[in-house]
Amino acid sequence: MTSTISLHNLVKKFGNTGKEVTAVDDLNLEVEEGTITGLLGPNGAGKTTTIQMILDLITPTSGTIKIFGLDMKHHREEILNKVNFSSPYVSLPSNLKVWENLYTFARLYGVADIKDKVNELADFFAIRDLLPRMTATLSTGQLTRVNLTKALLNDPKLLLLDEPTSSLDPDIADRTRKLLLKINKERGITMLYTSHNMEEIEELCDRVIFINKGKLRDQGTSSELISKYGRKDLNEVFLAIARDEI
Amino acid sequence: MKFYRIKALIIRQLYLYPRSFPRLMDVFFWPVLELLVWGFLSVYLEKLNLNSVNIASILLGALIFWELLNRSQNAVTIAFLEDVWEKNLLNIFVTPVKLVEFVTSTVFLGLVRIITQGVILGFIAWLLYQFNVFQFGLYTIPFIISLLLFGWILGIFVVAIILRYGTTAQVLAFGIIFLVQPFSAVFYPVSALPTVLQYVAYILPSTYVFEGMRTIIATGTLPLMPMVISFALNVVYLVLVMWFFYAMFRVVKKKGLLLKLDQ
Repeated sequence: MTSTISLHNLVKKFGNTGKEVTAVDDLNLEVEEGTITGLLGPNGAGKTTTIQMILDLITPTSGTIKIFGLDMKHHREEILNKVNFSSPYVSLPSNLKVWENLYTFARLYGVADIKDKVNELADFFAIRDLLPRMTATLSTGQLTRVNLTKALLNDPKLLLLDEPTSSLDPDIADRTRKLLLKINKERGITMLYTSHNMEEIEELCDRVIFINKGKLRDQGTSSELISKYGRKDLNEVFLAIARDEI
Repeated sequence: MKFYRIKALIIRQLYLYPRSFPRLMDVFFWPVLELLVWGFLSVYLEKLNLNSVNIASILLGALIFWELLNRSQNAVTIAFLEDVWEKNLLNIFVTPVKLVEFVTSTVFLGLVRIITQGVILGFIAWLLYQFNVFQFGLYTIPFIISLLLFGWILGIFVVAIILRYGTTAQVLAFGIIFLVQPFSAVFYPVSALPTVLQYVAYILPSTYVFEGMRTIIATGTLPLMPMVISFALNVVYLVLVMWFFYAMFRVVKKKGLLLKLDQ
């Protein structure tokens, strides 16, 4: 399998010389094409910083990032045309109607037939009736589906999902997970997924990567890690890593 | 640079106007209100017959050109702040949009607003005060272009500062223009300033426009050199401000400030 994301000796330090805080510390990881990979770790582990560096929103202090085998510095436009991102913490403009938001992002990605694309995805995520509504009036569950619709407008090959179900009730969260699995299977989209819900990670992810204090702690399938550390489930593995017990 | 991305960013902003009363007020109400206040003051001063100079023309010309400068700076900054207020910057910058496309879209949007405002102000000034903005003939065009350019330069400068220092710096969006006003000799000649401040005045491209406008009203002609200097200064400042903007954006990416601006 080829790697969609390759991070080599990635380092990110914030702050002035002498008072630097290392958010990501010599991180090496690969995310294989077509897989859903969970990026796990406690708060402050460096997950968000890593994702932001992958998206070229933060410049690494050192190390290399390759997406689809290309480096961001020289191929930013080419890479970002095939990447998308969704997070409940990054909102779409609430003062636009849902269709206006979706059309705007479709235009930014140069989607050829915008109306068809938006309608196709609106049907897929069952948000057709939401299109004429103001984004500000949507519930959290509806917003998540609209965000995911936006994230698929450019038919991405890589989707970065930052805690997409964090503010959803169990029913909507379950529906969202099923949708994500469907997208992954039907469209073969590689996903890098962060969440603090370990059950969700076990259900969704082909592989998981644990980081803590910016360092890679371990990686493998959920069952491999549970068995390796002799724990009951992934939640216990998470707790042990977060508390530096293993 | 891809035009379809610039178009997308402009259309997104234009969606907002028809349904937002405050935005419409910003385009129409405030400039018209200022025109009315200053216009009636001009009429009053003219009735006093203080001297032979056409006070109404000087004040109204100065006001309309000042509004062009003010609004062109404002349009660039507000278009950017819309994305900050709506926490949409991350969404924009995870798309393939380039920095130059982002800046160009705000500048184009500013142009649309300025043209709309210019037409309305020009019409009202003609209707109420018989002031013809085209009395400056072909000079009107370089006047407007020079002021638009300087407004954009100030707007881009403020955007760079807000990017770097966050929303606490957004007061500059509405205030920076008033730092420029006293030295631009908008309502009085440069000679009215103390000598030291005259040097400051002459490094601002806007000063040459307002001085030029008064020269035309007084003599009917405009020497070429002041306008050349005005454009040359604009080019220098444009290069400097783009360099500054890119430098600030590099700092923002290095420090991870884009995420903080969106929180």
